[in-house]
Amino acid sequence: MADKLIQTIPSPIKSRRFFDGNMIALLIIIMVAIPVPLLLQAGQESVAIRIVIFAILGLSWNIMSGFGGMFSFGHAAYFGLGAYTSSILLVNFGISPWIGMAAGMVVAAIYGVLVGWLCFRYKLKGTYFALATFAFAEMLRILVQSAQAVNASVGYNVPLIKGSSWWYMQFPAGSSNYFWLGLILLAGCLLATILFARSKTGKFAVAIREDEGAASSIGIPVLRYKLTVISISAAMGAVAGVFYTQFYLFIDPDLAFGAYRSIEAILIPVVGGIGTIWGPLVGSLLLAPLNDITAAILRNPPPFLDFMQGQSGLDVMLYAVLIIVVILFLPKGVFGTIKDKVKRR
Amino acid sequence: MVSTQTTASADSAVSRGWQLPPNAKPILVAIAIAILVFFLAYLRTDGSSLILTQALVTGLMAGGVYGLVALGLTLIFGVLHVINFAQGALVTLGMYVTYVVANDLGWNPYLTLFISIPLLFAFGALVQKIMINRSMGEEHANTLLLTLALGLLIENALLLTFGGNPQSVRTGQETVYNIFGAVATQSRLIAFGGALILALLLFFMLQRTSIGTAIRAVASNPTGARLVGVNTSRIYVITFAIGAACAGAAGTLVAPIVSITPVAGEVFNITAFVIVVLGGLGKVLGALFGGLIVGLAEQFGGILFPDQSNLLGVFIVFVLILFLRPQGLFSSNS
Repeated sequence: MADKLIQTIPSPIKSRRFFDGNMIALLIIIMVAIPVPLLLQAGQESVAIRIVIFAILGLSWNIMSGFGGMFSFGHAAYFGLGAYTSSILLVNFGISPWIGMAAGMVVAAIYGVLVGWLCFRYKLKGTYFALATFAFAEMLRILVQSAQAVNASVGYNVPLIKGSSWWYMQFPAGSSNYFWLGLILLAGCLLATILFARSKTGKFAVAIREDEGAASSIGIPVLRYKLTVISISAAMGAVAGVFYTQFYLFIDPDLAFGAYRSIEAILIPVVGGIGTIWGPLVGSLLLAPLNDITAAILRNPPPFLDFMQGQSGLDVMLYAVLIIVVILFLPKGVFGTIKDKVKRR
Repeated sequence: MVSTQTTASADSAVSRGWQLPPNAKPILVAIAIAILVFFLAYLRTDGSSLILTQALVTGLMAGGVYGLVALGLTLIFGVLHVINFAQGALVTLGMYVTYVVANDLGWNPYLTLFISIPLLFAFGALVQKIMINRSMGEEHANTLLLTLALGLLIENALLLTFGGNPQSVRTGQETVYNIFGAVATQSRLIAFGGALILALLLFFMLQRTSIGTAIRAVASNPTGARLVGVNTSRIYVITFAIGAACAGAAGTLVAPIVSITPVAGEVFNITAFVIVVLGGLGKVLGALFGGLIVGLAEQFGGILFPDQSNLLGVFIVFVLILFLRPQGLFSSNS
């Protein structure tokens, strides 16, 4: 019995190799993804970009809530703070979105740590923690919506430049560079997740998720690691926000801080597989194209769906049905279920 | 050992001088905050008592309906330990039931309660039976996401069928009543009164009937209830159905006041969460009082921060309660 228990603990030597299976998978994914924009037809590029944005947002939620076990219902706050910080710096001061992104990551991380610290200081857990993150994100939305200093409910248009510039993250419409830019950011976030999962911080985070009392009793500084995990997650959420703004060239309080954004951040890893490295990517590959598929159906509906022509709402309905099916039948998500099956064999 | 304990407690009783019931302190703090807010609002309006009376009346009127919605939510949480994120969407569903029946069949909007309540009851029972009962006992996140998806499904099904344009229910002549100088329309008064009556009916049903006793038994100890022969999964179905019926009734009651859109219930969703936390998760009367408090917080938030959305005041109350008293104002245990 005791021997078996010891065997199940992963040996630390195993994870010392830098190029493990996950790293090789990441390299293969990058290789496969690089030529993608050259193969896409016009108009399909936006789907590929949405997959990238969704994946980054999902990865961000997954760090805090999947690995860290702190259920976030307010990820829109990190996304929005990233988007707004970089937009304000770019529009008002002409500062490059790269620097804006770094600043946004810092702002989001500080906000995340502050809110997290307040919540843990008052011992909020589980449901209460989730509701608190939701309340703070909504308060940010309400405040931004009426703050004239940040254009209130009008939001920001990214100023257009001539030609294309990597430094200003702006390219002509339809340029493949947008996808490659997104791919760089996504690869960075995936790399960060892989490194996080094998790092001491990641292992401590999982230990705290599984049993906070036990983790604390063997000397893990629980609060410090929880806040570290939140700040990593928040910074990643900000990256998604900045890239979103640079691609759509527009941001307003609802797009940035709306509750729907927080829900999106949850759904992607839930469909893919919570607490797994590849779950969010799988989830975004499944969810992101849904919009376009339903849009295509509604543009040219088959005869029995004629009444739906020109109506909206079908896309989110499909979303909702997909979520219900996944939770009822694949409670560990698509990737999580496959991983379990493979392991059991 | 025993003697030291007694002296310690006697000491603290002496140093306190006078005894308070254990849960009186937070309520006193809440009252103090309320007086402070009232005073600040008084200064803000340059001492116009009319605006304050109007805010009080409007806040209480709205708060009654918020309380009814939250009552359903808190019941579902108390018994099933499920956070029902579809509660707001169920309110919307109630509004559309009233909209269709009142406008197409020419019913008096308030008579549609006899349709919306049974319909939403049946809908809630169905949802619990075929969907949520399956993932009961798993992680809380799963049931939360199920109800979230259900809410999205309802809202967007309504959007698909009725479109996004705001609709309204035809009502007769609006009579306006005067309450201490403040005005209240007849439909607001009916909504307030109707919500209070339904909430009290439900409260007595929980206290006095056998099914109510069974529901309370499952809430306090599911295993024990099962041991004495209560069919818990049936109680879960009934409870969710009652919760949904509360939302549907609230939707009907406010249908003549609000402009009906597929997302009109969202505000009820948000306020209901605040109220449920405020009143203590699972506390029925707490939900009712919490509703009135949140209705007032909304109005006075509007006076104190005139440029902001009314919801800001609600969220400030929410965060204060979460941090200072997460078990709710009306719970004695900490």
